[in-house]
Amino acid sequence: MTLAAFLLLFAATLAGYFINRRAAQAIRNNGMRLHSLENFHGLYSALTVLVPVFVLLLLWLMLQGPVVDRLLMASLPEGTLDGLGTGAVQLILAEIKSISRGTIFGTPEDWKLVAADRLVTYQATSTALMLAVVAVLVVVLMFAARRRVAAEFRARQQVEKITSGLMIFCATVAIFTTIGIVAALMFETAKFFSMVSFTEFLFGTSWEPQIPIRADQIAAEGAFGAVPVFLGTIVIATVALTVAVPVGLLTAIYLNEFAPHKVRQVIKPVMEILAGVPTVVYGFFAILVIAPAIRQFGQSIGLDVAPNTALAAGSVMGVMLIPFISSFADDALSAVPQSLRDGALALGATRAETMLNVLFPAAIPGIVGGVLLAVSRAIGETMIVVMAAGLIAKMTINPLDSVTAVTVQIVTLLIGDTSFDNPKTLAAFALGMMLFIATLLINILALRIVRKYREIYD
Amino acid sequence: MTDITSNQNGPRPTNATTEAVRNSLARRNRKQVILQGFGIAAISFAIMMLVILIGSLVSSGYQAFTQTHVQLEVFVDPEEVPASGLPRGGFDDVLSASLGKYFPDVDMTSRADARDLSMILSNGAQFSLRDMVVADPSLIGQTITIKVPTSDPYDQLAKGLVKRDTLEANRRLDDAAIERFDRLQELGMISKPLNTGLLTNADSRFPELAGLKGAIVGSFWALLTCFLISFPLGIGAAIYLEEFAPKNKVSDFIEVNINNLAAVPSVVFGLLALAVFIGWFGMPRSAPLVGGLTLALMTLPTIIIATRAALKAVPPSIREAALGVGASKHQVVFQHVLPLAMPGILTGTIIGLAQALGETAPLLLIGMNAFITSAPSSPFDSATALPTQIFIWADSPERGFVSRTSAAILVLLGFLIFMNGIAIYLRQKFERKW
Repeated sequence: MTLAAFLLLFAATLAGYFINRRAAQAIRNNGMRLHSLENFHGLYSALTVLVPVFVLLLLWLMLQGPVVDRLLMASLPEGTLDGLGTGAVQLILAEIKSISRGTIFGTPEDWKLVAADRLVTYQATSTALMLAVVAVLVVVLMFAARRRVAAEFRARQQVEKITSGLMIFCATVAIFTTIGIVAALMFETAKFFSMVSFTEFLFGTSWEPQIPIRADQIAAEGAFGAVPVFLGTIVIATVALTVAVPVGLLTAIYLNEFAPHKVRQVIKPVMEILAGVPTVVYGFFAILVIAPAIRQFGQSIGLDVAPNTALAAGSVMGVMLIPFISSFADDALSAVPQSLRDGALALGATRAETMLNVLFPAAIPGIVGGVLLAVSRAIGETMIVVMAAGLIAKMTINPLDSVTAVTVQIVTLLIGDTSFDNPKTLAAFALGMMLFIATLLINILALRIVRKYREIYD
Repeated sequence: MTDITSNQNGPRPTNATTEAVRNSLARRNRKQVILQGFGIAAISFAIMMLVILIGSLVSSGYQAFTQTHVQLEVFVDPEEVPASGLPRGGFDDVLSASLGKYFPDVDMTSRADARDLSMILSNGAQFSLRDMVVADPSLIGQTITIKVPTSDPYDQLAKGLVKRDTLEANRRLDDAAIERFDRLQELGMISKPLNTGLLTNADSRFPELAGLKGAIVGSFWALLTCFLISFPLGIGAAIYLEEFAPKNKVSDFIEVNINNLAAVPSVVFGLLALAVFIGWFGMPRSAPLVGGLTLALMTLPTIIIATRAALKAVPPSIREAALGVGASKHQVVFQHVLPLAMPGILTGTIIGLAQALGETAPLLLIGMNAFITSAPSSPFDSATALPTQIFIWADSPERGFVSRTSAAILVLLGFLIFMNGIAIYLRQKFERKW
């Protein structure tokens, strides 16, 4: 049915295009001068049909589920849902839905069967109604567009106005996305802080999110002090940057100043491969190769190394960040004007001196911006730490110990659990909010620095 | 100035300075060599890591591209598999009975021995036999030759991953099991054909049966959704910002927003999808549609930035010429600039999609890491994607999944190289200098 609605819309769009075009052609054949080309008359009809109906269809499909659910809940016999938590209500809803799809486990109560029947009717009514509305709307719009075809009708301007509107909409999707992120995070975070105190989250040193979900379940009480999680993130990011920054900068310096053209042409794409490897692959690499190697090395010199070390996760993340830093530094070094380089060389400085005393200081703002972006990436990186770092939050800065990170906690808290009414899942959103704010601030700062620096020489 | 100094000091004026420079030159050159050495060391480190990465994946993954099979002559016993009782029936008993014929010394009446023996075969063997018989019931009562995969421990043994010289207690197979396997090998029943199941099977708990079909199809649906949404939106946004937008606070704000969005951690997009798409709009969990939507929002900034660069590269003379013959601003952009910028836009889009293909974290949050044993038939079905499948397999305790994971990564990297190859080809084919 849904597909039929889309097909109908598509057909109507095409039909509107050809009808209006033919009408415009007829006017021209009568010897009159059209203001706009026939094509634009056709496009005008196509767009006036396509855009509003398409939007309507999407909205309908998006809202149909929630609305039908609510209607169904309201239609249940009085008192069946009294005193039930949201989780239990969701469970009943899911059961009714699975009955309506024909998968029945055991013998459900009669009212559930009735509700399932009603759900099927609601859904059928909704799609039928949708198809009818689309059909009527399409005809009305085609008719309205057809009536406007006239010699003096400024179809081109109208079409351009619509396309401009569409493009503005496209551009604002970025803003909608940001609003969506902020709204989603804020909404759930606010719920979280109504259950857990803000100061406990921010300054507490114990992170044990395993709380009992049902009353009769045995689990830890739950503690949401996020300091050890933040600390773990910082430890891993520090390890990553101690690997990535020197290697990345030296790579950039060598490629920018010393490497023969041919070497540069080979190395650059190799670095790009390193940058294009998915992070899940790096994570697997960390647990398959790096972590056992570190462990073995640690044992050979008599150190006790945990199986999931911050060192393993951090150093692999560092490898991932090398191309990122080196390309940023390379850009920054290339942006330094040739005159500075020539001037230093003319004064008798060696190439190394030119690089270290002239070019590098001049490029420092751009490089710092790049490093900051790398920091924000290291903080926000998920898969490597999920696979290679630990799960238990510890107050430690020892990179040989197992630590956890913000992203790890977000993922582990949310896997397999979607009801947003207990602090365990909501904690993930609070962590996400912290992550978003931290990376956003770093990114803005980094982009500022990079941009400001660029302006000096441009 | 120069005249005066040269007059005072004669023809070789800066003797001391030249001397100092000459004396320090060796030290300075040495410093330069050291800096270069550090640079080379840094590059070698990066390349070495890449080589180790690829090398370790290939060395642990190549063996998953073959699969050990046993060729058996099976008598489809009408007593065990009655024609009336299909598809139920004692297919496993049929298999172990026919296996028993090769081992006359094993007492098949003992259930334990019979079970030990049939452990050679994969758990899926009885199902493939069942499918054959159900498809062609006339096989009942006949003796047929079938080729079925061995179970994972025997597969590891055949590939030399179970070492025969380790202590029996520390080995996954005891001596008797190895002896049985060797006997089958002597009879010429063991073969190691190319493992087509890796691409044609869906996921399974048993490594010897697990394949990537579900993940590949799921990734395909997610990428298709991602492309259908992010490509038009990205181009529209880029054209507006580059060609039409007035330079004011609003367009500045949009631009800053897009740049920031490009740097938001991927896991935050996962949270967005979970809360908004699944929580508020009630879209299906684990569906490639939701995954694709999420990936589209992540890919959007990449496509916008690439498209703007491509539009910028079209010289103003093209625009002026078109405007000069009376085209409207829209006509200039849509009929002249956009077609010329298209190769660049496509290149950027493919690179953005390649990134989306490898993205894992947001897909984990929307539940695309579910264990699903059939390939999705539409974007609304529950599914996994390639990177999440890799994540699931990497977590599996069975030894056989280590090589599967590496093999899956090689397949994923293969897709990525393919996509990047297309992008490079497009760039080179359509690159032009104005």
